[in-house]
Amino acid sequence: MTAVALRDVSLVYPGGAVAVRDVSLSVADGEFMVLLGPSGCGKSSILRMVAGLQRPTRGQVVLDGAPADDIPARSRGVSMVFQDFALYPHLSVADNIGFPLDVSGCPRDERAERIAEVASAFGIGDLLGRRPAELSGGQRQRAAMARAIVRGPRVLLMDEPLSNLDAVLRSGLRAEIACLARSLGLTVLYVTHDQIEAQTMADRIAVLRDGVLDDFGRPDDVYRHPATMHVAAFLGSPRMSLFKAYVQVVVDSHVALHIGGQVIDLPWPDMRARAVAHYDGEDIAVGARTEALRPAAPGASGAVLTGQVRHLEHHGHETLVSVDVGAWGVEPSGLHELRTGELTLRVHPDVRPVQGEHVGVHLCLEQLHFFDLDNGRRIGPRGRRR
Amino acid sequence: MTLVAEEVRIEVPVSGSPRRGVLSRVFGRLGNGFMQLFLAVVAVFWLVPVFGLLIASLRDEQANTASGWWTIFTKPAELTLRNYAELVANQAVWQSFLNTFYIAVPATVLVVVMASLASYALSWIEFPGRETLTVVVVGLLVMPIQVALIPVAKLFGAFGLFGTITGVVLFHVAFGLPFAIFLLRNFFAGIPRDLIEAARMDGATEWVIFKRVVLPVAKPAIASLTIFQFLWVWNDLLVALVFADQDSAPITVALRAQLRQFGTNIDVLATGAFLSMIVPLAVFLVFQKYFVQGVLAGSTK
Ligand SMILES: Nc1ncnc2c1ncn2[C@@H]1O[C@H](COP(=O)(O)OP(=O)(O)OP(=O)(O)O)[C@@H](O)[C@H]1O
Ligand SMILES: [Mg+2]
Repeated sequence: MTAVALRDVSLVYPGGAVAVRDVSLSVADGEFMVLLGPSGCGKSSILRMVAGLQRPTRGQVVLDGAPADDIPARSRGVSMVFQDFALYPHLSVADNIGFPLDVSGCPRDERAERIAEVASAFGIGDLLGRRPAELSGGQRQRAAMARAIVRGPRVLLMDEPLSNLDAVLRSGLRAEIACLARSLGLTVLYVTHDQIEAQTMADRIAVLRDGVLDDFGRPDDVYRHPATMHVAAFLGSPRMSLFKAYVQVVVDSHVALHIGGQVIDLPWPDMRARAVAHYDGEDIAVGARTEALRPAAPGASGAVLTGQVRHLEHHGHETLVSVDVGAWGVEPSGLHELRTGELTLRVHPDVRPVQGEHVGVHLCLEQLHFFDLDNGRRIGPRGRRR
Repeated sequence: MTLVAEEVRIEVPVSGSPRRGVLSRVFGRLGNGFMQLFLAVVAVFWLVPVFGLLIASLRDEQANTASGWWTIFTKPAELTLRNYAELVANQAVWQSFLNTFYIAVPATVLVVVMASLASYALSWIEFPGRETLTVVVVGLLVMPIQVALIPVAKLFGAFGLFGTITGVVLFHVAFGLPFAIFLLRNFFAGIPRDLIEAARMDGATEWVIFKRVVLPVAKPAIASLTIFQFLWVWNDLLVALVFADQDSAPITVALRAQLRQFGTNIDVLATGAFLSMIVPLAVFLVFQKYFVQGVLAGSTK
């Protein structure tokens, strides 16, 4: 069943800023949905419309199958955790958590019981007497979440709840939140610009850009078959290498991709070769994540590009090598070209290539992504399940 | 009339209790050296005349006419409480003292209540014409009080309010509101939006948000407003002179009536001023404890 749905929702702020454009989205009951996108793409705006804090300019927010246009925020049964906590500064932690209960006229003894219960679930049971000013960032975050769920909401909205915390705390709370939400059967809409959070927590993710819903689906699917170049570049670390290729069709044999001065061939039987063939005589963008790349032995045949090592990044467990293969890079935002497109090759930390050294990179053809340079959309057979 | 403002400054050394007064905290913050020296000099300049006035109120008319207050250091025997005894024994003065209460308390309460409600609406409830209304209300600040005296006097005459305490209170409320709304709306608008919206999401109605989130957080602003408004009304002479009659006259008017036509009248003035200063001073002391810094600390990142 659908708990929350947006139907062709647009939001234009009074100043004329278009924050959200024709977004349609549905979140199933009990689903953990992550809204992902760069800063300013309209994530918070969407959340605020679901919350009832902001009225859509066009379109409709649907809660449990019924239009929510006229339901005020306080009666939607929706809770929200704000990016900067928004705890009541004049109340103790206990009274902060108890606030939603007071407002709904919860009896006194039940109130105390519920507060103790959620507080201990979040590990802040012994901080109940303190004021928010006397808590650490992580404790404030927990208090804010305890307050949000104490009332037993159907839908929980979280706006970058971890963005103010340090990395260690973040990864701990990430697992905790996901686990708790599942155990409570909450429907969650979770906003973040951190793709790792999205990847690890979500049942499904929705990727936004400039107020437009770019892609929508299971984290794996979106990662493996990004619908646009933006999504491809946004998801995954290190970032996907994107570079320009000139398409030349050799009928019934293969499709040649001219990358810089080098060529790789897509065999004709490959379904994607047919799609790419439509671009005969034109440029397209080719994307390769590190997992599609391996060091190639000297003189190896197949889809191999050779290039020069530009720089190295040692990460301890691995080393990332930027290899300049003499291709034009593609920048998804604005679609303008960088001077060079570099492949990011992942090697064992013991392998120590030297800067300037010539290396061969083997490309796994199945894992390459092709994008239209004009509209940034994926080229290839459609039919990915959503 | 300005004496009270001076007395506020005198409060500096008094606040040494665990809950430190705002002024002593200001001093602490300003650090040492030049600034403190400067402030000390300013304080002395303010304090000396006030002290002189206090002494004058403790000497009788003859002594005051014969010599300056500083002669008290050589002739302390001249000190007497007779001026105070006379003033307090005067029935008219007592009545006016009470009248001042009847005027200042409702005028303050009404302004604070109405202004905080209005400011909440003007800063946090969306309705058409909100911006315009705010500008108009705050724009009324520039309206000089003198312009309104005669038309309002006529209006009050028509409604039978002229010469009544109610009339004086209404006038003070009307002319206190623009500033009060200006002050509170600015403060309310500075409360983080997330805090208000968090309360909305927690199921609170506008009234509950106002009462349980905005008011507690806005205590310092409300305390300042209360003090301002109370002092202003308490010390008012002009409005009372125009709208009050003999029975409803506040102490400022009554003291004026006590003045003898000739002579310095310093004994009456000084005594009356100190008597009428006691209450505002008490109000200040009561409300200054709400001047706490960092009310919003911990609410947001
Ligand atoms: N009250 C407002 N008035 C006008 N424009 C606004 C308002 N709030 C947001 N915007 C604009 O709408 C767009 C989307 O804003 P939104 O807050 O939804 O972004 P976001 O995805 O949450 O970004 P972030 O990750 O930085 O929080 C932005 O371009 C922003 O400038
Ligand atoms: Mg945001």
